[in-house]
Amino acid sequence: MIAEIGHFAFILAFTLALMQSFVPLYGYFTKNRHLMLTSRGNAIIQFLLITLSFALLITLFLQSDFSVKLVWSNSHTAQPLLYKITSTWGNHEGSMLLWILILTFFASLVALYGKKLPLTLQSLVLTVQGWVTAGFCAFTLFTSNPFERLAKPPLQGQDLNPILQDLGLAIHPPLLYAGYVGFSIAFSFAVAALIEGRIDSAWARWVRPWTLVAWVFLTIGISMGSWWAYYELGWGGFWFWDPVENASLLPWLTGTALLHSAIVMEKRNSLPAWTLLLAIITFSLSLLGTFLVRSGVLTSVHSFASDPTRGIFILMLLLFFVGGALALYALRAKNIASQGLFQPISREGALVYNNLLLSSITVVVLVGTLYPLAIEAYDGSKISVGPPFFNLATAPLAALLALALPFGPMLAWKRGDLLAIAQRLSIVAAIALLIGLIILWYHTNAPILAVIGLSIGFWLVFGAFYELFYRAQFGKVAFSQTMRRLINLPRASWGTALAHAGVGISLLGVVATTGFQTEIIRVVNPNESYDLAGYNLTFVRAENNAIANYREQSATFTVSKAGVKIAELTPSKRFYITNGQATTEAGILHLGFSQIFITLGDQKDNGAYAISSYYKPYVSLIWFGSIIMFIGGCLSLFDRRLRIGVGKKNKKGALDNA
Amino acid sequence: MTRKQKRLSIILSSMTLGGFAILLIVIAARDNLLYFHSPSDIIAKSPEASKRIRMGGMVVENSIRKTETTVNYFAVTDYAETIQVEFNGILPDLFRECQGVVAEGIVNENNIFIADTVLAKHDESYMPPEIAESLKQEQGGREIGCKSYDESQG
Repeated sequence: MIAEIGHFAFILAFTLALMQSFVPLYGYFTKNRHLMLTSRGNAIIQFLLITLSFALLITLFLQSDFSVKLVWSNSHTAQPLLYKITSTWGNHEGSMLLWILILTFFASLVALYGKKLPLTLQSLVLTVQGWVTAGFCAFTLFTSNPFERLAKPPLQGQDLNPILQDLGLAIHPPLLYAGYVGFSIAFSFAVAALIEGRIDSAWARWVRPWTLVAWVFLTIGISMGSWWAYYELGWGGFWFWDPVENASLLPWLTGTALLHSAIVMEKRNSLPAWTLLLAIITFSLSLLGTFLVRSGVLTSVHSFASDPTRGIFILMLLLFFVGGALALYALRAKNIASQGLFQPISREGALVYNNLLLSSITVVVLVGTLYPLAIEAYDGSKISVGPPFFNLATAPLAALLALALPFGPMLAWKRGDLLAIAQRLSIVAAIALLIGLIILWYHTNAPILAVIGLSIGFWLVFGAFYELFYRAQFGKVAFSQTMRRLINLPRASWGTALAHAGVGISLLGVVATTGFQTEIIRVVNPNESYDLAGYNLTFVRAENNAIANYREQSATFTVSKAGVKIAELTPSKRFYITNGQATTEAGILHLGFSQIFITLGDQKDNGAYAISSYYKPYVSLIWFGSIIMFIGGCLSLFDRRLRIGVGKKNKKGALDNA
Repeated sequence: MTRKQKRLSIILSSMTLGGFAILLIVIAARDNLLYFHSPSDIIAKSPEASKRIRMGGMVVENSIRKTETTVNYFAVTDYAETIQVEFNGILPDLFRECQGVVAEGIVNENNIFIADTVLAKHDESYMPPEIAESLKQEQGGREIGCKSYDESQG
């Protein structure tokens, strides 16, 4: 019964989404207030129905009801409770339902908290959300129904893919989807603005918090995914430029651009057409990512089992939404008048520069990701585009962006004085360069590019905080007053500074690990010791254990420095009994932000093991930086100026502070 | 600055950056694209040793030889030709006989593939699509696995 009720609620939500797709729109064109008002309640009921459906799916997993095909193929009675729950979205069908759940959740938020929005705009936004929801409900119901029953229920399930049985992965997809799907709101606002043929700074003030929410989730989601791949896949890498990773990076890049262009739109009422286009493109790239991951067009370690009908269905959805939105854009964008141009050397000029660079990086990543598909379609030859391409092609653009970044927030609106700011920032540049030189002094054989990268990282971090101190008039007024001013700065200023510093911190981690890591791959005998970057590792013993739904082969290492034991590490390999898969659990020792990272290879005849050991300096900064970005984003989100409705009353003050 | 100059400055800077991005793509693509070859392609074309390539196929049964060092030897086949592979490093968790594998590296003068990277998908029924396709061509789409390999040898 549970599966049937869940299925029924899902179908009901689908029909409501279909209704949402037409009724408020008809109301808009016939100026019927009542029809437009249905969109609010409808959005909320859709969310409640999908919540019910999803909760029932989780129940089925908790009960290990193997008469439901999805539960049978992704769960097992011996699985720990937590992974029984996370199994719900550790597969294609369940994760689609989660996708729709988040989609309807955001729509219901627009319905609940958007009451100050003009009703026409709100009902149009909810209409567009209705289209997206209906499309994805249809896709899930017709090609990947999570509630499908099995005629002859087996006694035991097939277990969740073992690499997914992990806490990091349990929370990674919901965060990532919240990011992807969050951009659907910006998309809906953009399409609604195009239908209305009207866009103003108030529009940008509505859109910006939604974009920021999506961005915050996507940032932390990507970062979690990278952290998971780092410790679970056991390769010691944090970013593989894998198509699926790129698929999440692309909307992040354009989403970041959108976040910045929306500021120009809000504060200066400029760049409206470009902002609309970015909103459309960002969600389109989220959809493209979904298509690439779920259709099996691209080979990747992350992709779900593929099915051609699904691929074609998602491709149709993609073409409909992207093509439709872009066609609408082409027809209507010329009606949207810009408030005119501005000086290149100004805050808005800097934001345009940011947008140009982020778009260029997006193009490079997109070309690299899709090029193999194009080549194969063209002459049938198969190529792969890997890290060397992406590193070489994106690094110079990223460096240009990073070099300019500290200037941006310092520049005044309308007309900035670049020279004066360069003079002020020269102290930051000098410190960053000095640190680079000191590093070079201690590591005479350090790769010069890595040293430059580190200097750029410090430039970003110090530059971000310099801006705060500059605003607090550090050195000009008494210290206590500076402190008071710092605390009283708008939260968005802190948010900006933290987000920008976070970029620098992540960059420091990436460069330090890539440029300065030590790697030893060798066979180690029991009781043998070897040195790794000033630490001494000893292989103490190996063990075999049977735990829950897997067997584990583990090795214990002691780590000592200068003869003093500081820790024990137990890297292991797990063999999952049900489906015969194996996973690697790296042994990780945190030393501040640095790490010793050991993975277990094959066992040799005499009890020795092939071991790869790494010393990764400051590697944790990569993820720490993204947490700082996340906190920055959240702070901005809670800035009172961003709160809907406040901006209008307080418009004058807001402009002064900015 | 006049209106015209403002517009011009935006157009010029976007064109410069766009051009720069395209230039970067072209430069990076020149040396960093990995071409996929099946073992038959390698026998037929013998790619230069200086060029890093990607090879995929099935791991031949009983061909894996692990040494007392971290060097591993195995053979990869597309059921028409077989290539010996030498790999110094730790093989992925799901590297097994009779399963699909993708190796990246160079082919030396003795037609031995010196791999620097070996990839096996985290899924036991996985076969690289490239292999599935080249196998289809070789075998007319018949079922593959170790058994059919034995048959084709016998």
